[in-house]
Amino acid sequence: MTLVDERPTVAPVARPTGGSLLDQFELGLNAPICLTWELTYACNLACVHCLSSSGKRDPRELTTKQAEAVIDELQRMQVFYVNIGGGEPTIRPDFWHLLEYAVAHQVGVKFSTNGVRITPERAAFLAATEYIDVQISLDGATAEVNDRVRGAGSYDMAIRALENLSGAGFKDAKISVVVTRKNVEQLDDFKALADHHGATLRLTRLRPSGRGADVWDELHPTSAQQRDLYNWLMKAGENVLTGDSFFHLAGFGEPLPGLNLCGAGRVVCLIDPIGDVYACPFAIHDNFLAGNLLHPGGFKEVWQNSELFAELRSPQTSGACTKCQHFDSCRGGCMAAKFFTGLPLDGPDPECVQGYSEGALKQVGRSIPAASQDHSKPSKSKQEPVLLQLGMLSPKAPPVHGCAESPLAGFNPAAI
Amino acid sequence: MGMLEEPWQLSSDVALRTEPFGALAYNFATRRLTFLKRPDLVTVVGGLAAGANVREVLVAASIPTSQWPAYLTALESLAVAGTIQPRNQTELQKEGANS
Repeated sequence: MTLVDERPTVAPVARPTGGSLLDQFELGLNAPICLTWELTYACNLACVHCLSSSGKRDPRELTTKQAEAVIDELQRMQVFYVNIGGGEPTIRPDFWHLLEYAVAHQVGVKFSTNGVRITPERAAFLAATEYIDVQISLDGATAEVNDRVRGAGSYDMAIRALENLSGAGFKDAKISVVVTRKNVEQLDDFKALADHHGATLRLTRLRPSGRGADVWDELHPTSAQQRDLYNWLMKAGENVLTGDSFFHLAGFGEPLPGLNLCGAGRVVCLIDPIGDVYACPFAIHDNFLAGNLLHPGGFKEVWQNSELFAELRSPQTSGACTKCQHFDSCRGGCMAAKFFTGLPLDGPDPECVQGYSEGALKQVGRSIPAASQDHSKPSKSKQEPVLLQLGMLSPKAPPVHGCAESPLAGFNPAAI
Repeated sequence: MGMLEEPWQLSSDVALRTEPFGALAYNFATRRLTFLKRPDLVTVVGGLAAGANVREVLVAASIPTSQWPAYLTALESLAVAGTIQPRNQTELQKEGANS
């Protein structure tokens, strides 16, 4: 499998020594610095921007034994920590076992959750276990903003989880926020919320991946908001985590703290619930599938020898971007963001802060690649967020009477 | 002359992973990653525990004396980051824990 067929083939050359650490990272490492492992596609929520289009469990999900074998291999490869996500990882019945197994095998875990299973008892367990980081997802500093994206009741669920964690003495949980057009005005409120719970704020970029592709046009921050976000992040410095996801903003001037490069297949990758290995968490698509760890050679073989990863680690052609004076700061931006908005991979990021992608985004005939998988639940439930809420009946509507205008007045499909 | 005559070692919470450019040092206690950007520095750090003192380790790793000041500076910053620790300190801690 090749990433971009039109890319010129570069003959393998001996790896150069020296140079900056970033140059070395671009050439790839013996093992990822950290990797993301989506344990399940099953989820109790149905967030409109879900990167992995989660909802239903994949019946081919790795078994407990297979998952343990993955952890054993990560230990052998000295992958010191993994980011576990999903779906909602905690609804896997063996989740807590796998957590303990990983920690016992020198693989630290940071897991992302919507909070559904973070009861006071689980919070106490987490507080008593070393090498575990908990990241609660929240996409609004108020229920109104959050629930519109993540679904009714999800704000309260996240806050309850944070309260349970701090109540149990769990130190320094993370509040993980995907920055959108709707919540970017709430950055100070998010920070205050994190401070209130003794937590650290983590902001990440909205990617047009998974179901995110459907809402990206509507939710990605405007260019004015990007500038505000950049200024806010520069001021916050290392007090706010970003998963190094805003390096495309480096084109505004000074680079942000952290790694300012695309780590896909070079320093990061993603393992999905069935053991497929993708270049990064934002690129769950056949074009970025490097292999499956159940095949001979396991994860190590995929990481070290897959054709896709070799290509990502070879010198890249960055087209017009190389002529831009900011190229050294942003390095062309996020590969997944370009791919899922139908932009060429050797051109600017769709959110290029210098505005170089505006023309391409407006181009007639720009084709968004079709998703190669979708785990969304088929039927809409009452909790499911709907971005466009047109003429919905208020639940507090007066009792329906005989001469109600609508033939469907009082009809509640969920009650049937 | 400070560190040069002292016995040091990789911190007990730290694991080293060799990489083409040098090594990653991960501190499980602080969850911080440090990068050793020269393979020779990796040899020195990895060899600390086997030497009676830092001088002996530098000699064993065939580091020219002209480069010792640079290595000592690098080791000092690794000490500040908690990547390496003085060896007697852990021995004292162990004795303390046993008594």
